[in-house]
Amino acid sequence: MKLSTKLMAATAIVSASAASAVELEVTHWWTSGGEAAAVAKFAEAWNATGNTWVDGAIAGSGGTARPIIISRILGGDPMAATQLNHGRQAEELIEAGLMLDLTDVAEAGNWREIVNPPSLLDSCTLDGRIYCVPVNIHSAQWLWLSHDAYEAAGLDVPTDWNEFVASAPALEAAGTIPLAMGQQGWQQNLAFGAITIAVAGLDDWREVTVNKNADVARGESYAAVFQAAADARELARNSNVQDWNQATNLVITGQAGAQLMGDWAQGEFSVAGAVEGQDYSCLPGLGLNEILDTGGDAFYFPVNDDPEITAAQKELAALLISPEVQVSFNLAKGSLPVRGDIDMSTANGCMQKGLGILADGGILPSGDQSLSADTQTQIEDLMAQFWSSDMPADEAQAKYADIIASAD
Amino acid sequence: MSVVDDPATASVASGAKRPSRLFKNLSAKIASIPMILTALCVFVGGTTWTVVYSFTNSRMLPRENFVGLDQYERLWGTDRWIISIKNLAVYGVCSMILTLLIGFTLAACLDRKIRFESAFRTIFLYPFALSFVVTGLAWQWILNPDFGIQNVVRSWGWESFAFDPLNNPDIVMFGLLIAGIWQGSGLIMCIMLAGLRGIDDDIWKAAKVDGIGTIKTYIVVIIPMMRPVFITSLVLIASGIIKLYDLVVAQTGGGPGLSSEVPAKYVIEYMFRAQNLGQGFAASTMMLCSVVVILIPWAYLEFGGKKRG
Repeated sequence: MKLSTKLMAATAIVSASAASAVELEVTHWWTSGGEAAAVAKFAEAWNATGNTWVDGAIAGSGGTARPIIISRILGGDPMAATQLNHGRQAEELIEAGLMLDLTDVAEAGNWREIVNPPSLLDSCTLDGRIYCVPVNIHSAQWLWLSHDAYEAAGLDVPTDWNEFVASAPALEAAGTIPLAMGQQGWQQNLAFGAITIAVAGLDDWREVTVNKNADVARGESYAAVFQAAADARELARNSNVQDWNQATNLVITGQAGAQLMGDWAQGEFSVAGAVEGQDYSCLPGLGLNEILDTGGDAFYFPVNDDPEITAAQKELAALLISPEVQVSFNLAKGSLPVRGDIDMSTANGCMQKGLGILADGGILPSGDQSLSADTQTQIEDLMAQFWSSDMPADEAQAKYADIIASAD
Repeated sequence: MSVVDDPATASVASGAKRPSRLFKNLSAKIASIPMILTALCVFVGGTTWTVVYSFTNSRMLPRENFVGLDQYERLWGTDRWIISIKNLAVYGVCSMILTLLIGFTLAACLDRKIRFESAFRTIFLYPFALSFVVTGLAWQWILNPDFGIQNVVRSWGWESFAFDPLNNPDIVMFGLLIAGIWQGSGLIMCIMLAGLRGIDDDIWKAAKVDGIGTIKTYIVVIIPMMRPVFITSLVLIASGIIKLYDLVVAQTGGGPGLSSEVPAKYVIEYMFRAQNLGQGFAASTMMLCSVVVILIPWAYLEFGGKKRG
């Protein structure tokens, strides 16, 4: 009797609070210090509208979180909103009708005009309908350099990848790891991608990654890429950390000279209180090719039977892309905003560099947008094998070309 | 039954018997219906479904687009799968031999009527109470060169001591093996001990009268008598080996590189991370095949032989 009374009271309280504010559960994999600070900006903005943000952070990288998110959606227990990378990851979920159509919100907010570059919105579009909200642009082709490490070795901070490679023996002599690298396939793949664009140049990269031309992947320019990657492998030999933010921490503390990592590393530097130009510097496109890819994060809204939740999902979608939220979120995250019409003058030097490249049109589609998750995993496996063993560069190149040849 | 010559009499006789056999222990049979249905639908049905879909090109969602043996060709052409199989073979052989050896030796020692036997038994069995994730993390720390064994030995003054299996691709499987055996041998010890306790004291007395040494008695007399116990242990260890997954995820994450990948991890990652169900199903079907290849000859010898004998 007592228990049932309690249960009824609890139900009454829950339903009463649900009537006044909608609780939306949002899943994402932003769990490092800088990332958590950024997602808090979304939560604050959403809570300020009188609704409730239920944080569903999933620890681990996207590779851990995505299967959980997808199996929840497929299993009939969808969250209200979820982070995914825009690209081909959600393609089949959309085709199966499991994602909410946001076209009316997008038309009301005039997304077609404001989203820059427009390719971001194209990645959210299937058959003319829009299914996701891009929230930021992340690019992977950045080299982060530690001023402390170079000071200790008595060298000037390099201004491009070639100078960095030349400075590596001196760094090693000073007892520093030249290149910090987390021993995970996706990080090694990211480093490889950044080296590819810097060494092989844009045309060959596009021919291989977008057009899946295996002959170019077998060619000379890619042989140079694999040779450069094999050199980088030697530089990272003594770096035995796992997670990317541990590797970034080696750079922040001056134990390592540099790291190849996406612009999200910026968030870790600012959480640690490091100042750009003084404690660290950044080289977009490795200082060789000032081109950035435009991958990034987007929010998808799984279809829900409850009209109240559906209305709230659309409200949240509009909020995520609104100017104020875009500014506060991207400043904390270290990523670039998806709209070109907002004031980012408070951003620091690295982000300004990125914004400048974006404004000049030095952009290319990200790997997520061109390759399926299957092909990405195969390449990551190859990279994990290549970086941790003594596999010769030409053998890795042959295997890589085979994967590209069978990619769809 | 074979003595009855007239088929009609035989059918009448068995017809009269059959209902009584069918309705014998009726409540027990009804009670086991849910389990029978579960076994049929979930195990047999699920297995068949998986095998059928391994011949399709299903990606994130299952699709009935049959492509023949393509997934299998790709599977056996993939380095990672080959590495996984080799790793599992190394782990499997070592784990099988060492677990049995350590389990039996510990049990035999405890059986010598030592003092504080129950305390030792508890200590040896304790690791089994931990999940593989906890075991994996604990051993990851113990084997970490900066905090673990290597550091401790170096702080004692042996500066050149190096023991760093988890960062060395050549011996990483042995790092996993240490953790696996640490966890698994306690249970095998308990099973062996129960088996040893089942041996009649008269056997020991007889051996003593005949002047056979203790170790020789164990090897020549006791171990052959414990055949059923050994078979139980083998099945337990083998099933643990084939499904090796959580230990790897917790301890090494498959690294460094691909050097500690195992088949179960390949299945999970291709099904969910690479969103390629067909490839994952093909890999899990191969895992099923490997179990069947081992199981059928064994079952034939074990059960088929008994009937004839």
